[in-house]
Amino acid sequence: MMRRLAWLIGAAMLMASAAPVAALDAAVVDRLVFGDGDEKSRAIDALVAEGDPRAERLLQALADENVQTAGQRVLIVNGDAAIDAVTGAAVAPLPADRDDVVVNNRLRRELSAALAAFKLTAPSRDVRLSAARQLADSADAAMLPLIKRALGSEQDVAVRSSLESIAATLELHADDRNVRLAAIRRLGQSSSGNAKTLLLGLLERTPAGTYVETDEEVRSAAQSGLRAVDNRLAWGERVGLLFAGVSLGSILLLAALGLAITYGLMGVINMAHGELIMVGAYATYVVQSFFRSHLPQWFDFYLLLGMPAAFVAAALVGMALERAVIRFLYGRPLETLLATWGISLVLIQAVRSIFGAQNVQVENPAFMSGGIELLANVVLPWNRIVIIFFAAAVLIAMGLLLSRTRLGLFVRGVTQNRAMAACVGVPTRRVDTWAFGLGSGIAGLAGCALSQIGNVGPDLGQSYIVDSFMVVVLGGVGQLAGTVYAAIGLGFANKLLESWSGAVLAKIAVLIFIIVFIQKRPQGLFALKGRAVDA
Amino acid sequence: MDRRGFIKSLKNLLGPAIAAMLAASVTQASAADKVVKVGVLHSLSGTMAISETVLKDVALMTFDEINAKGGVMGYKIEPVVVDPASNWPLFAEKARQLLTQDKVAAVFGCWTSVSRKSVLPVFEELNGLLFYPVQYEGEELSKNVFYTGAAPNQQAIPAVEYLMSKEGGGAKRFFLLGTDYVYPRTTNKILRAFLHSKGVDDKDIAEVYTPFSHTDYQTIVGNIKQFAAGGKTAVISTINGDSNVPFYKELGNQGLKATDVPVVAFSVGEEELRGVDTKPLVGHLAAWNYFMSLKNASNDDFKKEWAAYAKAKKLSSADKPLTNDPMEATYIGIHMWKQAVEKAHSFDVDKVIVAMAGQQFKAPSGFVAEMDSKNHHLHKPVFIGEVKSDGQFSVVWKTKGPIRAQPWSPFIPGNDKKKDEPEGKSKV
Repeated sequence: MMRRLAWLIGAAMLMASAAPVAALDAAVVDRLVFGDGDEKSRAIDALVAEGDPRAERLLQALADENVQTAGQRVLIVNGDAAIDAVTGAAVAPLPADRDDVVVNNRLRRELSAALAAFKLTAPSRDVRLSAARQLADSADAAMLPLIKRALGSEQDVAVRSSLESIAATLELHADDRNVRLAAIRRLGQSSSGNAKTLLLGLLERTPAGTYVETDEEVRSAAQSGLRAVDNRLAWGERVGLLFAGVSLGSILLLAALGLAITYGLMGVINMAHGELIMVGAYATYVVQSFFRSHLPQWFDFYLLLGMPAAFVAAALVGMALERAVIRFLYGRPLETLLATWGISLVLIQAVRSIFGAQNVQVENPAFMSGGIELLANVVLPWNRIVIIFFAAAVLIAMGLLLSRTRLGLFVRGVTQNRAMAACVGVPTRRVDTWAFGLGSGIAGLAGCALSQIGNVGPDLGQSYIVDSFMVVVLGGVGQLAGTVYAAIGLGFANKLLESWSGAVLAKIAVLIFIIVFIQKRPQGLFALKGRAVDA
Repeated sequence: MDRRGFIKSLKNLLGPAIAAMLAASVTQASAADKVVKVGVLHSLSGTMAISETVLKDVALMTFDEINAKGGVMGYKIEPVVVDPASNWPLFAEKARQLLTQDKVAAVFGCWTSVSRKSVLPVFEELNGLLFYPVQYEGEELSKNVFYTGAAPNQQAIPAVEYLMSKEGGGAKRFFLLGTDYVYPRTTNKILRAFLHSKGVDDKDIAEVYTPFSHTDYQTIVGNIKQFAAGGKTAVISTINGDSNVPFYKELGNQGLKATDVPVVAFSVGEEELRGVDTKPLVGHLAAWNYFMSLKNASNDDFKKEWAAYAKAKKLSSADKPLTNDPMEATYIGIHMWKQAVEKAHSFDVDKVIVAMAGQQFKAPSGFVAEMDSKNHHLHKPVFIGEVKSDGQFSVVWKTKGPIRAQPWSPFIPGNDKKKDEPEGKSKV
């Protein structure tokens, strides 16, 4: 009697909150949690059909891995609190021997589709749109009535269009031939890989060589739809390749810009350039660790401090290097080469002793994770976009510095004619130090950027030193514009070849190209004209 | 003539009898102070340091554990740790140093197959003993090596079978992605033959390699997407070392989800995922013979011991101690070596090799690992796990019990004639 009363009160309360009354079917929940893959799948379909908010809550909890079992009971656990999945009653205290419900990819896929289906009728337009987008690749035939219902009441154009293509994927194997043809035409307007997969399915052949699909007209419609989709996908690919080329080019540019000053303008073959990049990356790491331990709420902004720190750290190391070693070796390239190579080994070992031989982890700030979806098959990652703009900013700043400031004037003067510059009162020695510090600092900035996409370890610089020299030599010594063209050009060449022949061969091919190019044109793409070359 | 060359020519002249006598004198020499030296040969720097450093630590932990319980036959273990720095020729040099200068009784080490191939001639020439703790491509059987990791039929083949099953997503196309060296190339050769036997055509298999320490995976992830548009696709990754971090970062950033294109990796475990943001990676797979998340008493002990050791030695991982499959394999290998020495009553390599056959050890995987009586490989269970948001794996598939290794894969032509036992094993 008491139990019945409680049930009635519970039911009344539920009705008051204007939700459907029926408690979840215990048998369905049981299948969802304890059944095998197929049973779980059917249980999800059943729960979606019920449309009960409690079913939604259970599925959401399952997707978030918050569902546990204690014996035969199914619990939705949230921290220390738990409720019974079937009745919704609070469970306290928590049973001790709980097991997680394992969610595999198949289940996760069906869960996300089911949850998206629940959201198709949400009041917010953005929620509906994202739900429709999510369903695009994972809807199954059981959801067709639901999608039709949503289409019936949907006003928004974008959501409608998404829903229509989902309906098309589901009606591809409908009984009515006209419905099928319309669905195929709808799919032909899509640019997602999923549409291609579905259309390809219609053109499948049996091992004997005959088509599985018997209807001639359906096949030809699928064929032309497939061509259209392929066309659009190919465009996406080209855009992706273009972006990859620009991205690699921007990284090469950052790595080589500092070298363009020290080698290009000053003529110092600095083999420790890569290690200056590494110093910048480690400076970023130190700043990141400081933010994590002391200012976790500001963690996303650590790069704002990381950038100047990387610049200053690398510039200081570079200036110390110049004062202590390189200034005695101006005009003696072979000695400089050996001395700086030795220094690079010392720097690597020093970092190894301080930070350990293992790579350190530099985490991206949240705004640099993920990417923007440009086309259905092209996602541009934020960290690479930010680096492209960063490289452009550094380039512009450096161009202004060299052309508009007094230091820039001095640097150019010393580069063109050291003796004459000294005669008119330029402190050439000090300018050397400042210019070397500037080149090193830019290497540090490159390290800061590289820490966002690659590994940070003591050997970081080694993999960039060859690339940097390649860019500077190819671009032409003493020319900023040449460096830019060479970096972007090499980035594209590398990516084009890579998509065509694989990463290993691409590297080799680029090196061979440079060897041949330097034979033909030793002065690089752009050469300083006139007497300045001999200076 | 230098000393090394001299010893070598002496050996060639007088034959193995002298070598055996030398080995015997080594044993006697160390018997005096009751200490036995063993070598640890793992890269502590360079591209493989991400994976190998913890193996050095877990080996030292196991030595401490054995020493605390009275050592091996009363001998205290004295480890000799060297760093071959991810440099393959250096592995051979360091191995020679361990065997000739330090005169170690056994060596625990190597991760990449190229490093193992590099030290193999040294161990065979000097009749040393190597315990190799990592899954590998098979196609090798040496009497001087015990393989405590998985052979292809204990890892790669079950993983691909799972991907093809309905539960695993029913993959029809396969993108084989690896680092460019012997392990990925051989594994992919075996997998290609296996896929052919399952009716998968060459047009549905792509094979792509990158150099060691590769960091730019933009194009490759783009290619995977493009390839996946042709049908239900799975990626099989044999990427090794620190390249895994940028690869998984790029996967996450480009929004390639496991529910669309699952990636199953054979060299990515708990340790490699440390520091990677695993939220976008949920559902990607790994196949191993052990996962940290396994629930059983021996695993609890193993994890507790490791956590305590990491804390006591102030390892950088102490605030988040992780265990993984090669660590378990190292742990099993050292214990089995100890048992074999005690059974043989000798540190002599030939005697220990004979005594290793049939050794059993209750492994942290929860099963009893058994050294095969013939082929120097362990009988191990296979688990397939999916990455969870906390960087651990949840087991979605497992074998009923340990399965026997097939070092000579039946999917490579000509292997059916090869003997399932190393050549030149003495029958003491």
